[in-house]
Amino acid sequence: MNFQDDQFRLKVGLAEMLKGGVIMDVVNAEQAIIAEKAGASAVMALERVPADIRKEGGVARMSQIRIIRDIMGSVSIPVMAKVRIGHFVEARILEALGVDYIDESEVLTPADEEHHVDKHDFKVPFVCGARNLGEALRRIAEGAAMIRTKGEAGSGNIVEAVRHIRTIVKEMKQLTVLGKEELVHESKNLQAPLELVGYVAENGKLPVPNFSAGGIATPADAALVMQLGAEAVFVGSGIFKSADPETRAKAIVKAATYYRDPVKLLEASEELGEAMPGLDVSKMQESELMQTRGW
Amino acid sequence: MGKLKIGVLALQGDFEAHCKALERVSVQSSEIRTATDLEDLAGLILPGGESTTMLKLLERERLFEPLKQFGRWKPIFGTCAGAILLSREVVHPAQPSLGLMDLTIERNGYGRQIDSQVARIEVGNKTAEAVFIRAPIIRRVGSNVNVLATLDAAPVLVEEGKHLAATFHPELSGSERIHRYFAEKVQHQITCGASLH
Repeated sequence: MNFQDDQFRLKVGLAEMLKGGVIMDVVNAEQAIIAEKAGASAVMALERVPADIRKEGGVARMSQIRIIRDIMGSVSIPVMAKVRIGHFVEARILEALGVDYIDESEVLTPADEEHHVDKHDFKVPFVCGARNLGEALRRIAEGAAMIRTKGEAGSGNIVEAVRHIRTIVKEMKQLTVLGKEELVHESKNLQAPLELVGYVAENGKLPVPNFSAGGIATPADAALVMQLGAEAVFVGSGIFKSADPETRAKAIVKAATYYRDPVKLLEASEELGEAMPGLDVSKMQESELMQTRGW
Repeated sequence: MGKLKIGVLALQGDFEAHCKALERVSVQSSEIRTATDLEDLAGLILPGGESTTMLKLLERERLFEPLKQFGRWKPIFGTCAGAILLSREVVHPAQPSLGLMDLTIERNGYGRQIDSQVARIEVGNKTAEAVFIRAPIIRRVGSNVNVLATLDAAPVLVEEGKHLAATFHPELSGSERIHRYFAEKVQHQITCGASLH
């Protein structure tokens, strides 16, 4: 796999531009404008936020084009949209529409139970979720130009995002101390290409930006995952399911910038309204989890 | 004399790539998030990222005026979003800016991400690679602005006095030529400033 390929560099390049920022889920132009004014570095255009997808059930698909188009027309920041895992035709449609990033997302109902989209074949960049290093490297091998932890979307509970970022960071650290012959074995264990395992062993990081998502509801949550190694955050239901979305959005933007500065984090945490209601992930059925989708 | 120290505004964007590029030309880099961080710098880089996000934070965290003051005396280099922040006038849509360079700049001038490109441009009689990502287009340059490189007749690398702006991302290329050039401008500013006193 050639990381120096111009097209791949452009895809990773946009992810580089989003570092230190907050990507916010929005369901209409009005919310997108609020997000942009609050300082979002990008928005994710959706028909329903994950908390509502979870509540309403049924099959969750790519959003209505009209909604995505409205959002694209209303803001100047990048607009992302989600496709179902493996649904390369939904991806072709979003590419034709001209969205800036596609999230091949476990939040939607998977379209293929074995395969993800061959993302190299697209001009538009993709972000994919991961719970561990093996999953992250398989997605990168397929052409993902950005990785985000899956967490547990729509739960308002940070515990899964923390588990996933800690796992990925720890697995990367472990590779850096191994000899070359051990990497072949690790490649087998991780079920990931040796070339990518070798890159991580040498650099101690993924060859693409590593963001966090799934359960971030407060400025403190955002700063927590960033201190653990995430380079930016996605906030789904956490903003527009809270009591005062605008204030919360601004506060999380501030927290993503000053994630190591306790005084700024205190300022960001003051005068926030009620956060979104949270779910205890440990009491959820396996079938209710979104993070187990994707292979 | 100590090592030259250049700050990189680290509110959001690819500030880390700039820090690494500075280190490759033996300049000490430092991430800037507050007005006090500006104190011992010889120059500053405004990185790529989202200009609206940076602008909101500059305003809310009361960094807008300190940066303007900094730019009155010391060199600033802006890339992409940073070039937007440096310009006198921003269009598509209009938004406030530091106004330190006499430029009119159009945001997302080439279109969306699918229109992003890696181009080859001529800089000082040498071909250089230029990475354009949702890049702005400079629509007007003032009479004191020196155009150093163009792409399809539009200026993409410009300087006005001590300041420098690129609509592309030299920090994402393997070459450090443009960072070295900026470091020389910063060094020159120190030398000239010293000779006045």
